[in-house]
Amino acid sequence: MQSNNLLEFAGAVSSGAVRVVDLTFTLNPDFPVIVLPPEFGQAAPVRIQEISRYDGRGPAWYWNNVTFGEHTGTHFDAPIHWFTGKDLPNNSVDTMPAKDMIAPACVIDCSAGAAQDPDFLLTVPIVEAWEAKHGRIPERNWVLLRTDWSKKGWRDYANLRDDGAHTPGPNAAVMKWLVEQRGIIGFGTETIGTDAGQAGHFEPPYPAHHFLHGAGRYGLQCLRNLDQLPATGAVIVASPLKIQNGSGSPLRVIALVAAS
Amino acid sequence: MLQRCVACGAFAYPAREACPACLSGSLAFVDAPRRGALLAETTARVPSDVYFRERAPWRIGLVKMDCGPTMVAHLHADCVEGAPVLVSFQLDKGGQAVAFARPEGETPNMADDRQWREMTADPKFRRVLVTNGRSLIGQEAVAALKAAGAKTVFVGVAEPWRPFAGEQLLRGQQGIEVVTLDAADEKSATDLAADIGGKVDILVNTTEYVRPGGLLDRRGTSIARDEIDQAYLGFINLAQAFGPAMRMRGADGANSSAAWVNILSVHALANWPAFGAYSASQAACLSLSHCLRAELRPGGVKVLNLFTGPVDNEWFQTVPPPKVAPRAVAQAIVSGLRGGLEEMYVGDVAEEIRQRLAANPKAVERELDK
Repeated sequence: MQSNNLLEFAGAVSSGAVRVVDLTFTLNPDFPVIVLPPEFGQAAPVRIQEISRYDGRGPAWYWNNVTFGEHTGTHFDAPIHWFTGKDLPNNSVDTMPAKDMIAPACVIDCSAGAAQDPDFLLTVPIVEAWEAKHGRIPERNWVLLRTDWSKKGWRDYANLRDDGAHTPGPNAAVMKWLVEQRGIIGFGTETIGTDAGQAGHFEPPYPAHHFLHGAGRYGLQCLRNLDQLPATGAVIVASPLKIQNGSGSPLRVIALVAAS
Repeated sequence: MLQRCVACGAFAYPAREACPACLSGSLAFVDAPRRGALLAETTARVPSDVYFRERAPWRIGLVKMDCGPTMVAHLHADCVEGAPVLVSFQLDKGGQAVAFARPEGETPNMADDRQWREMTADPKFRRVLVTNGRSLIGQEAVAALKAAGAKTVFVGVAEPWRPFAGEQLLRGQQGIEVVTLDAADEKSATDLAADIGGKVDILVNTTEYVRPGGLLDRRGTSIARDEIDQAYLGFINLAQAFGPAMRMRGADGANSSAAWVNILSVHALANWPAFGAYSASQAACLSLSHCLRAELRPGGVKVLNLFTGPVDNEWFQTVPPPKVAPRAVAQAIVSGLRGGLEEMYVGDVAEEIRQRLAANPKAVERELDK
């Protein structure tokens, strides 16, 4: 690409000809985090502690100390996060190729199905039906599962019951298929986790994690504003924090969309 | 407790160097019989002390104890000259032990006496914050405080998006207000204090974060960090958010703030290696509680520490009995507040450790290591 094309792009962003959609939840202590059985180690919640706020602790400046787990808020999963990806090269957030941080997205709208059934599952036939309408999913594309789950209140969003979370996600077959037959770069959801709430009972358990990371692909979760994206044509910018040997990180995810 | 001569058995009051009866120098503090008779009473209408001047008229009297000495005591309104009374030492708002005389028998609404309430932190009519409603102790505490006549019980629930067992006992009940509170989060504590900090008369810190393990059987510091976050930093967040207003309101008329309650493991006093890191987090909280007590004292707010052994909950499943029922802890909270106490030991384990520590601390250390 010629450099003046890039400048043209920057101009389009500035003028609004390219719309920038923020797909990120605000990182705050109130946002639900993944809940594991209590005998396992838990993700540290987000904590924001003031160092000073124009006061005796620092008269002219405001700043915070922030702590959080790698998998809190809107966040990125690197291949090293799952055992299937543990031995891959460049499998952590600090070593992954920077060019993977920008890629187009296919958005599959399953909001109607998810509204009917909190355990709604994305399947191969659903994606095939989507492809019949929008064309084959190109390689190295993100597939984003729109469920409108991000519009719920926190309690319904986490939707925890006695037997665990009930939130939509992909089934095992579609994850294997998307990774192997479509060569996607990653899979993104609005829910807490790329997998469905009950995915621990799937075969294999947590198939999105299993297949994505085993093939060196990525996950994005706790996304929002997917309803503002077209089915195809949006470009996702997702660059996680460069944490040494990090398995993931909260991040700012933006989508670039050509204004219609 | 009064001094008693080891040689002749005579009781002495006030405290002195030698027995007034036989001049023996060996006087020991022992539990003394509490009964006496009210010799004379008077009402101070313009007390010289500013604190009591605000509360005048104030009744005091002379009590002739059955065991000998005559004492000046604060009087319950139902005490009658010449009638028998029961005397106890109570902590006044300044944290000083003072003698208080009550009628020997029960009288109607005895606990509601104005002067008695100054010496105690009875939850009746008061507004209480129970900081963690997710735990069994928290839920039992809410019920016990409500049953004891608390006007409002605020109950903190962290991560309200997470359902929990017993939730239906708290939500939608009259006089119980569920509030969002994650004590380990500075902002959460501050936000709640902004809402209700001016009307918390009693704060019951029911933070509970128990995990087994000491040093060598754990990997890394993340569990220890959680323990510190929840118990120690949570304590600091609560203290900084609610403490200043409570201290300011310690003498705020009939609706004054009265007490802060901590529930601590008795292993704060002696490390229990099976729950070694947890014990250490409790020791840190115990130390903080003494700091808090000193800092709240100028406002007349008491700090009650309640020590328990292993509680009958999921995290102590593997521990053999005796264990403390959460309800027993809740009842102890109420009785401690009613008595205006600073320290209580609930259950056999806690009581035994207290006694054995006084007798032989090294033996306790060795015995806990098994």
